Amino acid sequence: MGFGLSFIYVPLVLVVINSFNTNTSFAWPPTGFTTSWWSKAAVNEGVRDAITRSAVVALFATLIALVLGSLAAAAISRYKFFGQEVISLLFVLPIALPGIVTGIALNNVFTNFLGELTIFTIIVGHATFCIVVVFNNVSARYRRLGANLEEASMDLGANRFTTYRLITFPLLRSALLAGGLLAFALSFDEIIVTTFTAGAGQTTLPIWIFQNLFRPNQAPIVNVVAAALILVSIIPIYLSQRLTQEKVS
Amino acid sequence: MRHKKVRSYAVLLAASTLILAGCSSSSEDSAGGAYAGPVKDTPGTINVLAWPGYAEDGTTDPNVDWVTPFEKATGCTVNVKTYGTSDEAVQLMQAGGYDVISASGDASLRLIYGGDLQPVNLDLIPNYADIFDNLKDRPWNTVDGKNYGVPHGRGANVLQYTLGKVKEPTSWSVVWEPNSPAKGKITAYDSAIYIADAAVYLMSTKPELGIKDPYALDQTQFDAAMALLKQQKPLIAEYWSDYTKYIGAVQSGSITVGTSWQVIANVLNGEKATVGATKPKEGATGWSDTWMISSKTEAIDCAYKWLNHIITPNVNAQAAEYFGEAPANSKACALTANKDHCKLYHAEETDYWSDVYYWKTPTEACLDGRTDVKCLPYAEWVKAWSSFRNS
Amino acid sequence: MSNKVKKYMQQRPTARAAFLLSLPLLWLLLIYIGSLLALFITSIWKIDTFTSKIIRQFTLQNFIDIFSDRAYFNVTVRTLFVAICVTIICAVIAIPMAFFIARVAKPKSRPVLIALLITPLWASYLVKIYAWRTMFYPEKGFITWLISPLGGQSPGFGIFAVIVGLTYLWLPYMILPIYAGMEKLPTSLLDASADLGAKSGKTFFNVILPITWPAIIAGSIFTFSLSMGDYITVQILGGTFQMLGNVVYQNFSLNLPFAAAVALIPVIIMLVYLSGIRKSGALDNL
Repeated sequence: MGFGLSFIYVPLVLVVINSFNTNTSFAWPPTGFTTSWWSKAAVNEGVRDAITRSAVVALFATLIALVLGSLAAAAISRYKFFGQEVISLLFVLPIALPGIVTGIALNNVFTNFLGELTIFTIIVGHATFCIVVVFNNVSARYRRLGANLEEASMDLGANRFTTYRLITFPLLRSALLAGGLLAFALSFDEIIVTTFTAGAGQTTLPIWIFQNLFRPNQAPIVNVVAAALILVSIIPIYLSQRLTQEKVS
Repeated sequence: MRHKKVRSYAVLLAASTLILAGCSSSSEDSAGGAYAGPVKDTPGTINVLAWPGYAEDGTTDPNVDWVTPFEKATGCTVNVKTYGTSDEAVQLMQAGGYDVISASGDASLRLIYGGDLQPVNLDLIPNYADIFDNLKDRPWNTVDGKNYGVPHGRGANVLQYTLGKVKEPTSWSVVWEPNSPAKGKITAYDSAIYIADAAVYLMSTKPELGIKDPYALDQTQFDAAMALLKQQKPLIAEYWSDYTKYIGAVQSGSITVGTSWQVIANVLNGEKATVGATKPKEGATGWSDTWMISSKTEAIDCAYKWLNHIITPNVNAQAAEYFGEAPANSKACALTANKDHCKLYHAEETDYWSDVYYWKTPTEACLDGRTDVKCLPYAEWVKAWSSFRNS
Repeated sequence: MSNKVKKYMQQRPTARAAFLLSLPLLWLLLIYIGSLLALFITSIWKIDTFTSKIIRQFTLQNFIDIFSDRAYFNVTVRTLFVAICVTIICAVIAIPMAFFIARVAKPKSRPVLIALLITPLWASYLVKIYAWRTMFYPEKGFITWLISPLGGQSPGFGIFAVIVGLTYLWLPYMILPIYAGMEKLPTSLLDASADLGAKSGKTFFNVILPITWPAIIAGSIFTFSLSMGDYITVQILGGTFQMLGNVVYQNFSLNLPFAAAVALIPVIIMLVYLSGIRKSGALDNL
């Protein structure tokens, strides 16, 4: 366990240390300490634009995924019909098939059909695999819940919408939250599909990082951004874990 | 039943997608005629595709910027995207969304014939008059008498070596020969066009092959070049196409010698001298670049203004000096910060360039004029390179 | 009118299912499957050798090129090898960790531990791989610094670095499903096994592993597919080493038909793998 955690965290600790490193080529051991990169990162417009764009894309992709994923999960989990297994498999494909294949396929269709790549093409690309994440989480929750509560509610006279609103949805809420958070995280950090679906000026955070990763003057700022993201994300993750735990027990 | 209907409906959808994909037309042909002008003061945004160092806007180094002054003076907004290889450039231009590109000779003709560029009306670009004569109307930027752009500058792909780690080389043998003192720390350019560099070396070491033009290779000559590359592969640490990654690798010591651009050496030597760069005795491949305009641009006035701006003597001098190349504008030589710049880069000579083989696209019709054999077109180069890199 | 529809829906479960499913299915079929099919159609076309524009004439040349060239067989084998290594190493690290969190750790500390595991997902993929790149530098890297007292040096960029990097990246994706699977283990089973006299090793191999096997397979879908298609980590950590993802990426720009044909290889492998594991119930554990 200790080995595992240290394996996971050593590179991250290095990233944080390097964000204070005076040397821009990240040789080890670090040559000096400076907070100048942090102040430079704070005023860097490129970073701010990129973070905003990534957040917008992730938000819309997650929303689309939440709606479509829960619809699909409801259909697959609560009904039996011919071809169910095939359709279940279909909903796994976007993450089971390599991202580069999805990327070039979408790129091919977008550039030939729509003519150009825009922020919408990025959102569409992300939503496609985010649907899978939400679908998995919600399906798993449906399986754990069993249909009894819903049947009981309808026996008592509630119609389907009321049942969904008062019984099913509250029980699904934390699964939706967990799925949504995971989808948001995946979309926020996605680079492979994004490279192929982003237009000329559409710089999401991963693309900005990719462009600046090797530039001697910008690479430390990249480390600052990464370190900041790690620190900022700890709290929501912890909270969502607490929520999921409580519901289960 | 319902479910069957759902399935067949889905199949219909998929099929119609296919049909539509099949029917979608490829990109339109070029407009045919150049912009008549006059160049108006319409504001607009141009997306510029450029080699690193050509269109600096302050993001690499806040003191190096000839884009912001242009934006301020004209009201045009400029977004710069850099690329690493001509193949990348061709693909990005074909994908669309870019208005202006600085294209090397191995990309320009592909783009012209593909309909991605429009002819340029040189009467609308006052600075063109001062361009060196031997850069005007060259085969890679002029087709059927129509000019497709303005020259930016030219240079050779130099042999770069880390001072103190590699003795100053006079020959490319240090990157090709198995007994090289730098083996394991060598780099090479990650593009099929690098096969021409192998051919250049063979021109000196195996004259019996009869290679006259490294871009006109028949099957025998090509196979020899590929064999040389295979011999080199175990000596290579990494192939490069991203110049910033190259810089990082040299700074960390994992690469000590290899083919490079002067701009990379200049950045590495920014604070203190770290590397040297030279054109070895066998000659070298090189490039002569042209600023060209997309056939689909919607900001034509800004595009023309940019072309005129970038070859202004002052701006051309800045760009040529930052990158480390010979400028295209004859008046730029008087304006470089280093008065010997043009001499250093042989801008006003012709002898120096006699063994610099500018990048151009190999075609089946041999570029050296031979008619008794067929040469390999660039698509074959790419195929062989892909196979070689993955073997 | 709407009452009629309501009644129809009420009486036919499949109609309701179809209604719920229509929107997501439309999205997936039209956008995802449609674009995949459009892509694979191009694999039977070819390009103009000079302008690189696609010529829509039927040809099997791309497939002939792939099968006749030993290099592409080699790169497929190497990619499979890397994917399998990464999956196995991830599983070996993940199983004990997941077990620890699910069974050994106090319930109160579980959210903290899980949060610690998920947090790296928020550190950018690129930054993590670049950190590994600096660690692998032959002369000034962290690894050299760490093992130089023992006289060693970093192995440098290549297949080993790629395997380490990919294992690092996908580890959370392996731990989470396994943890979920272990959480569901009824404690009674473990108690029963101990009561029957089995030592912990035997309990592990005969009771725990078989029950969580679907979850392990579920995790392997991620590690396998993500490794099969990766090209960025290979570019950054691989030196001159290449995998299938790189072949696709290099050819995508100017020879889409060929890239599409090569892209079929990992897709077919994954489809075979998915249909093979269907029986194991792994798909319920994602």
